[in-house]
Amino acid sequence: MMTVAMYLAVVLFARFHLDPLLMMLPIAGLLFIIGYVMQLVVINPFIARPEHSQFMLMVAVAIIIVNSLLIIFGPDAQAVQASYSFDSFALGPLIVDATKLYAGLAAILVASALFAFFRFAPLGKAIRACADNYTGALVIGLDVKKLYALSFGLGAACVGAAGAIIVLIVDVTPPLGPAYTLLAFVIVITGGLGSMPGALLGGVLIGLTEAMAGLFFTPSAKSMFAFAILVLVLLFRPQGIMGRKLS
Amino acid sequence: MIARLLHGVPRHAFALLAAVLAVLVAAPVFANDYVLTILILILYSAYAGQAWNILMGFAGQLSLGHALYVGLGAYVTAALYVHFGIGPWVGMPLAILISVACGAIIGFLAFRFGVGGVYFAILTIAFSEFTRIGFDHIDWVGGSSGLFLPVANYTRNDILLLRGQPVMFYYVILALTAVAFVICHGLLRSRVGYYWQAIREDEPAARALGINTFRYKMIAIVISAGMTAPAGVFYAFYYNNLFPEQTFFILRSIEIMLGPVIGGVGTLFGPVIGAFLLTGLSEALQELLTHVGLETPGAKRVFYGVCLLLVVMILPNGIWPPIARLLRLERRDPET
Amino acid sequence: MPALLEVTGISKNFSGLRAVADVSFTVPESAIFAVIGPNGAGKTTLFNLIAGVFAPNTGAITFCGDRIDGLRPDEVCRRGVGRTFQIVRPFPGLSVEDNVTVGALLRHPDPAAAMRRAHDILGRLDLFDKRRHLAGALTLPDRKRLEVARALATEPKLLLLDEVMAGLRPTETDRMVEIIRKLNTEAGLTILLIEHVMRAVMSVATRVLVLHHGAAIAEGAPEAVVREPAVIESYLGVEAV
Repeated sequence: MMTVAMYLAVVLFARFHLDPLLMMLPIAGLLFIIGYVMQLVVINPFIARPEHSQFMLMVAVAIIIVNSLLIIFGPDAQAVQASYSFDSFALGPLIVDATKLYAGLAAILVASALFAFFRFAPLGKAIRACADNYTGALVIGLDVKKLYALSFGLGAACVGAAGAIIVLIVDVTPPLGPAYTLLAFVIVITGGLGSMPGALLGGVLIGLTEAMAGLFFTPSAKSMFAFAILVLVLLFRPQGIMGRKLS
Repeated sequence: MIARLLHGVPRHAFALLAAVLAVLVAAPVFANDYVLTILILILYSAYAGQAWNILMGFAGQLSLGHALYVGLGAYVTAALYVHFGIGPWVGMPLAILISVACGAIIGFLAFRFGVGGVYFAILTIAFSEFTRIGFDHIDWVGGSSGLFLPVANYTRNDILLLRGQPVMFYYVILALTAVAFVICHGLLRSRVGYYWQAIREDEPAARALGINTFRYKMIAIVISAGMTAPAGVFYAFYYNNLFPEQTFFILRSIEIMLGPVIGGVGTLFGPVIGAFLLTGLSEALQELLTHVGLETPGAKRVFYGVCLLLVVMILPNGIWPPIARLLRLERRDPET
Repeated sequence: MPALLEVTGISKNFSGLRAVADVSFTVPESAIFAVIGPNGAGKTTLFNLIAGVFAPNTGAITFCGDRIDGLRPDEVCRRGVGRTFQIVRPFPGLSVEDNVTVGALLRHPDPAAAMRRAHDILGRLDLFDKRRHLAGALTLPDRKRLEVARALATEPKLLLLDEVMAGLRPTETDRMVEIIRKLNTEAGLTILLIEHVMRAVMSVATRVLVLHHGAAIAEGAPEAVVREPAVIESYLGVEAV
């Protein structure tokens, strides 16, 4: 999904010279619709199926998307050159690329909006209730199916925003999708499924680990340490660092 | 022993199996090199799928990291051959041993700490990715720039060193697949097989029947890992080049499980049928696309994806069970 | 009669909640011992403690003279304790005969021998004709009997039955009572059962223990126990009269 968004951003930029950051919202909106529809049509019949069956389904969808992109855009990397691509700011002794700064700010904005939504908006609370207790949510009259589709759409929208942000920094290739999916997985499970502060903490932890490992060992081996952390977390705290204890 | 393996197998099922085997044995006589190449590919994925199926299909533990054992098998034997000239049949026991050890470590950690379901799957991914990046940095096996076996135009088939023409490779992989099939059949009928299925269906209930579930899950992962390693040996000597990026990649693991998932998880014929359908059809598709001049690298994978999607949605148990009913191949009463 | 199972002073807490509190009782050999009590009294927890699903916080469980508390469920089963689950859990994807064969393999490692043994047991529980059916496709009464058959296949000295009659129609209940009684008299099997259906308990049990809020409040012959004021007040109240 992320690569879809990244390609969308690239295409929009290449065709119309639209800034990816400005396009963040429309792209997120479009992906929301795609995610919503996909959940209702493809995934909803699978809610009651065993976990591995659902997992295979997602794998199938991912394979189709990634390789369709490969067919359409070819295997070469594509990039965006924004007008401020070569600007940089000096923050005290640090020099920061303008693109990275803008991208970082945008990411923080999206994350806080999401956090606020789940904490305060009634809809956000309803979604959390569904995740907590499926039957309970049904009993108090929530339209669980719609909420599932909604949260899937929301997830897709966030990924869309993330994709639009990251094209500023990274060139796009189709296999990037699975790589980011894996990274997201590692982060979320390390931090704790269903915990937003956990995801944040996981992100920082994994990011720091990779950076440190890249500094002290060789940069190409940095992901090894991320996976090592994942293994340790799975073994000793399978619910994640910030996750609630599983019953 | 043989009598026991045949116990309860319907006679016409046996005849059918013998017929399929006969066709496969005779295939090189009338198949050209291209068809042979595809048959090798099919049998290779049938073999690897069969090995994966022991862990997931029989014992219910979803592994998404089987590329790890393929890669270990490939790298161990290839490195021994390249550096010391040690033949693959000598290297294979060591490769199997190393795979088994890795499987045992992963299994011990996962099952001792009670990591199950999707978390187990993620753990297996983590281990195989960890190893992939690790191999990128082992210069002895070529690191990320790859390990190559010397290639020459072999006119003679040297079965001891696994150097030769496609026909030889074909018979090697056919033999491996046949042996794997018989082993799986035997396992499924044994006490271990019953216990695995019980664990797959309901672990707490299995425990209440006196089954040491930890021990039997360990047996499953160890056998599965050990059986996967020869697939890697074959891979190394057939393709002659190894890159960590390719051999250990997660897509490799997914490819291994596609056959059994499409054919039918937990069935004996599932991995074989799935491999034939998937590889056969996708090669046919590629041929077709090449003929109409549409050569696109992703088409095959999109096809994989669509196949997987359709089967998972329409036939959650794979396509073998309905075929089995059609052919009346369910097990008969031992008494009759 | 010598004691087969001896439970002394066991307790189990779940994060502050006292599910079983200092319970002691003795099940003599070849008895039919019933544990009754209102919902949430700790009956199933008590079963899980005996079967090894949990280890008790305090106290001891002795079976055939050996301590079994703290052992794993499979070890407890191997010592000779078979059990059923309150919410039946046969292996749904396996046939009825394979379900029972899995149990029989514990004492008969050869699959063919285990299968013969399974057929024998299925015959005794009126399930032989359905041996080829998938367990997941059976009706509830059949599944309950399959669960008993599977536990029997492990050839236990003590059988723990967790509400095997709950949800059954009266005729089915009578059938189950008949089976339990037959197992007890013909095979000499000791049975410990949890039950809600009072009619069944009264007709089949030789001894009854009443649990309330995790504690044992009465124990004795069924007719005597139902007359105790504490029992009537806490549990039987309206129903018993």
